[in-house]
Amino acid sequence: MTVLLEVTSLRTEFATRAGLVRAVDGVSLQVRRGECLGVVGESGSGKSVTFASVMGLVRSPGKVVAGTIFFDGRDLRQLSPEEMRAIRGRDIAMTMQDALTALNPALSVGEQMAEVMVAHDETLPAGRAARRAAIRERSVEMLGLVGIPSPDTRLRQYPHEFSGGMRQRIMIAIALTCRPKLLITDEPTTALDVTIQAQVLELISDIRARLGMAVVLITHDLGVVAEHCDRVMVMYAGQVVEEGPTSAVIGQPRHPYTRGLLASIPRPALRGHRIEPIMGQVPDLVGLPPQCRFHSRCPLARPECLVEVPMLPAGPGRQARCLRLEEPA
Amino acid sequence: MSLLEVVDLSKHYAGRPSLGDRLSGNRRTLVRAVNGVSLSVERGEILGLIGESGCGKSTLGRAILRLHEPTGGRVVFDGTDVTALPPQALKAMRRRMQIIFQDPYASLNPRRTVAEIVGLPLALHGIASGEEARAITARVLERVGLRAAQLDRYPHQFSGGQRQRIGIARALVSNPDFIVCDEPVSALDVSIQAQIIALLLELKRDLGLTYLFISHDISVIGYLSDRVAVMYLGDIVETGQVAAVLDNPRHPYTQSLLSAVPEIGAKRARGRVRLQGDLPSPLNPPPGCKFHTRCPLAVPACRTLVPETRGVGPGHSAACHRLEEGLSLLEGAR
Repeated sequence: MTVLLEVTSLRTEFATRAGLVRAVDGVSLQVRRGECLGVVGESGSGKSVTFASVMGLVRSPGKVVAGTIFFDGRDLRQLSPEEMRAIRGRDIAMTMQDALTALNPALSVGEQMAEVMVAHDETLPAGRAARRAAIRERSVEMLGLVGIPSPDTRLRQYPHEFSGGMRQRIMIAIALTCRPKLLITDEPTTALDVTIQAQVLELISDIRARLGMAVVLITHDLGVVAEHCDRVMVMYAGQVVEEGPTSAVIGQPRHPYTRGLLASIPRPALRGHRIEPIMGQVPDLVGLPPQCRFHSRCPLARPECLVEVPMLPAGPGRQARCLRLEEPA
Repeated sequence: MSLLEVVDLSKHYAGRPSLGDRLSGNRRTLVRAVNGVSLSVERGEILGLIGESGCGKSTLGRAILRLHEPTGGRVVFDGTDVTALPPQALKAMRRRMQIIFQDPYASLNPRRTVAEIVGLPLALHGIASGEEARAITARVLERVGLRAAQLDRYPHQFSGGQRQRIGIARALVSNPDFIVCDEPVSALDVSIQAQIIALLLELKRDLGLTYLFISHDISVIGYLSDRVAVMYLGDIVETGQVAAVLDNPRHPYTQSLLSAVPEIGAKRARGRVRLQGDLPSPLNPPPGCKFHTRCPLAVPACRTLVPETRGVGPGHSAACHRLEEGLSLLEGAR
């Protein structure tokens, strides 16, 4: 599989009153064509900002200050706003966590779908009537694809007339309208109930297989990653701390943070056993010294850990940011 | 005797009639958020109440404490009918029945210090005042993993996990027997969630507490509950010991709920049931069994007859017309 997206040493900073927050600090990643990459992390880990940076959606006081973002052979950071707009929505699409705020409440679903096609689709016929018919036909097809019943009547309705699960599907339908090569989906199911969550995730997997697009699934739920992603990347305090094939990373986590995260998840199988929470809290991202960011919470930490730690090889196709990888936990 | 006995408890809300309703002369719309629920909680146990959003689980928790006045039914706490208590006696009873809320940001007054927030129940119930109240408050804070030095800080100076500890301290300070935990860890990150769960279990063990633990997260409920009650659109559809319900779910809704949870580790042992459709509107719930619109096992009788709750094993019961047939969605999907 060839590489579709390659991010190298990305750094995104926010100037706040408290000081400079390095929300994304030296993140490198690859997404291959057709694969599903899971991005896991807790709040403030930088997972959403990393992909907002890829999409060129970081706004002041935030700024992408370093790194390259190669997508399909072009460095997105070198593109003009117009060129970026042409790619966004057509070649890379993104869905947001909260569908109700992401959709425009004043436009019908049909109008919102048409917007995307009018902006990006050069194959639309020139005549007004033919154009409208083509847009309508494609919209009905997309809503049908994401499993919305009676799509032709639903097109005239507004976001508030749909349930949470249906709104998430509509956002996915809009994102898929131009058959993007990469779909970035930010916590697509966090706001949804578990039975609806299962429907939406299977829908994304189905469509990925059918259209052959790559998917980046940003989530805090390792269970979701375990079931739907080929590879996983774990983020902590603005950095990638572990990365590799999902089954390997979840089956045999190498980084103490990944291990702690997995051990903190309550499961019926762990009844009667104490779950082992990771002690303490995520460090303040303002003015962090260049050293291992997990050391204050790490059970393996030693004085040697107070240096800048690079990603180190941790097995076939795997890397982790820890000096004590070789030692058993 | 059970510490808490809930008998046929209902909470209905009058909705605003739509234009169509008014034109057809149908002026009343009623949401039956809790629809005649009966359950009991034994002393020292954790009853897990699970259900999806809008099923009425939080309303049930609040109706039990009379934070929302129930429409019908009875709540008997330690032999006293709470629903019949006059205001003064109810207030005294609340010292023993407390609640921890979901949102650690919205449930703490931003203008009050931690000492004021946590100490308020002491004043309300006339337990202690002045230096004595402050000393008790400091002790409780340390019990939940905060420091006495933080007494005079405001909620915004704490992280989400620490705020939830403040909420727990507030519930604990009046020395209750029973706490309704209403999604206490749902707003927290995984590593913080584990800290709070460990704290709640430790407090329960050390102080002999009893919890009604409300959550939409089956993993959390399965990990910490002794018994489980599953709620769907205002009704309890299945109850039983946690092992019985999780290993041998009998109601098709429980079965589909369990199979929808993504699992970590080896391939899932069970098949997957994919439920079609959304939760029906509670304003206009389906007649008969409320689950029939989404149930793959529904037969014509399910559309008209409300199923009764029947025993399916020791302490295990479910409300479904097709229980005797021993059908399982999980078998079929395997």
